[in-house]
Amino acid sequence: MPVLVTRFRQLRLARMCAVVTVVTALLLTSCGGSGPSSPNPSTPPLPTATSSQGATPAASTMPVTTTRSLNLTAAGATFPFVLYSKWVSEYNKLNPGIKISYNSIGSGGGKQQFSAQTVDFGASDSVMTDEELAGAKGRAVLQLPATLGAVVLTYHLPGIGKGLRLDPQTITDIVFGRVTKWNDPKIKALNPDLNLPNLDIAFVYRSDGSGTNNIFTDYLSAISAEWKGKVGAGTSVKWPVGIGAKGNEGVAGQVKQLPGSLGYVELAYAVQNKLGYAFIKNKAGNYIEPSFDSVSEAAAGAVIPDDFRAKIVDAAGSGSYPISSFTWLLVYKDNPNSARAQEIARFLWWGVHQGQAFCKDLYYAPLPTSLVQNEEQAILALTSSGQPLFQGGRQ
Amino acid sequence: MRLTAPETEPASTRARRHSLGRGNITDQAFKGLTLLVALSVLALAGLLVFELTKGSMLSIRTFGFGFLSSQHWDPVHQEFGVLPLVFGTLVTSLIAVILAVPISIGIAIFLTEVCPLPLRRPISFLVDLLAAIPSIVYGLWGLVVLVPWIRVTMGPSVQKPLGWFPLFGGPIYGIGVLAAGLILAIMIVPIISAVSREVISSVPQAQKEGMLALGATRWETVWKVVLPFVRTGLVGAVILGLGRALGETMAVTMVIGNRHEIVASLFSPSATMASTIANEFTEATYKLYISSLIEVALVLMILTLMVNILARTLVWRFTAKVKGERTL
Repeated sequence: MPVLVTRFRQLRLARMCAVVTVVTALLLTSCGGSGPSSPNPSTPPLPTATSSQGATPAASTMPVTTTRSLNLTAAGATFPFVLYSKWVSEYNKLNPGIKISYNSIGSGGGKQQFSAQTVDFGASDSVMTDEELAGAKGRAVLQLPATLGAVVLTYHLPGIGKGLRLDPQTITDIVFGRVTKWNDPKIKALNPDLNLPNLDIAFVYRSDGSGTNNIFTDYLSAISAEWKGKVGAGTSVKWPVGIGAKGNEGVAGQVKQLPGSLGYVELAYAVQNKLGYAFIKNKAGNYIEPSFDSVSEAAAGAVIPDDFRAKIVDAAGSGSYPISSFTWLLVYKDNPNSARAQEIARFLWWGVHQGQAFCKDLYYAPLPTSLVQNEEQAILALTSSGQPLFQGGRQ
Repeated sequence: MRLTAPETEPASTRARRHSLGRGNITDQAFKGLTLLVALSVLALAGLLVFELTKGSMLSIRTFGFGFLSSQHWDPVHQEFGVLPLVFGTLVTSLIAVILAVPISIGIAIFLTEVCPLPLRRPISFLVDLLAAIPSIVYGLWGLVVLVPWIRVTMGPSVQKPLGWFPLFGGPIYGIGVLAAGLILAIMIVPIISAVSREVISSVPQAQKEGMLALGATRWETVWKVVLPFVRTGLVGAVILGLGRALGETMAVTMVIGNRHEIVASLFSPSATMASTIANEFTEATYKLYISSLIEVALVLMILTLMVNILARTLVWRFTAKVKGERTL
């Protein structure tokens, strides 16, 4: 008997190893096979780390001859992982001494590790609340929007591709379970041209805690006071109706299988897999197709406070897609380790400028230029032990 | 009934025992080292319980026993109750065991008592192989093959005559309690059958031959001699399978539907403890949330521990019995 038990342990171990290998392989291929685009040369070349530009403020504090060498660690959100790993590898090509390892452990974990100072910078799909900021070892935090994500409603209706129209009221009624049939008069009224079937609406939500949940429930809270009061927004919520599937692929797979289902996935995922998605009525009253441009427009149309902690769901602007959000990089405004602080700032600078050129190829929406200017100021204001990182600020 | 001869011990055995017993300094060191390694396992288990308890203190202080009895799992409003998860875990595992046990024991009996010798090894190998398939593969298969089958074929045909009964009522999404139970059943068949096979093959040949000599058929031999002889061992095998079913995460998460609800229908979505931890831990955004998930892990561990202790006790009792009967 005991021999047998041991053998099962071995089998189980072997299986675990196999899973790890497969997952690693998948991750490697998914970040290695990204587009061949090159950085956009038209962006301002300020404190980028290339030492050839002798006139940059950075160069005045750093001898040109030394090869900079530093390992930075970062952790956080899974949603921007593909973009960040592209950034990291491209940045490393330009600055061979700088190695950044980004661990996509989730936004919650990212905030925690950042607050505990076990990583050089963090990343999160949701902003740090005042309470969380107070817990960040008492130091001021800059939360810098890095790119934009959006959530689309995808459905499985025989004979109907993309372009089903939905408005906030109907979406609320569906997620509360009050509209249960596709041929409900409310949906029909919005889509007089479509031949809507007499099918039950099976709502599919994401069961794993995720930024996608956060964005979608934020949107529902913005459009419905009832939702805000009864359910609220978060990475996981108590859904009034529906079934839960794990991950974008789980939701999409379920929607693909189940006629009459309605789910929500990341824009990137919907575009890559050519899913049918709904056009959503925005604040201005227009039905907007989700796209990188309409998402960027939502960010441009929104009022962004100085600390960048802005929600852009249900944003103003005639062409704004209403279910979108920033994802943030988290850094300390003052970092006593001057060498690290400089490298982090350089990377951030590169990310909001050259880095944005990689967004669309990887299915992220780039930051609007108006916002990038504000972020420049924030990066230039970073300090180390009270001293500005880039002396004299912008040339 | 054989007679043992305890007084005649081979000289080689005696020599070996001596060298182990006293030994020199290296032997002593070796003994110490192995003892240390053995104790480290205990220490590790203790540490695990300690850490889990420590991690869940916040949740234990906040909710007390309410955590075990509450049905609400609402991260937004900071309410956490484990009851629907315990329910989902136990029900899916129960379905799995009910389905897997007859099949597994059937396989074991076939392999030990009926199967022609040349086929025995290849078939055993195939059954063992099932245990080595990663659970995510089972999950994918469940999602792509089993779930549509339940939704389109099996579900409606069961619901048509029996839909009035709550157990088979409600809308059929395909994913749900039944899908999870079926996947788990397939996953634990190799474990239960392999352990049962081993247990059944330990039945003394003399007993079976005795029965056959009395004129019993093969069926009567299995039913009246083999199975009663190994009853407790089989229970141990089943509980090992149950232990696996209780803790299985990936495949269940993919097909159960992940709703924190106590449901009446086999077709309804539910959630298990393991699937909830897998789903929510990475993005648990505040301390009480994380603490509650750790307490879920603690509850799951205690449950699994209890099941395993039960299994080991039964297996020990069984092996003691076999030894006893052999020396009669």
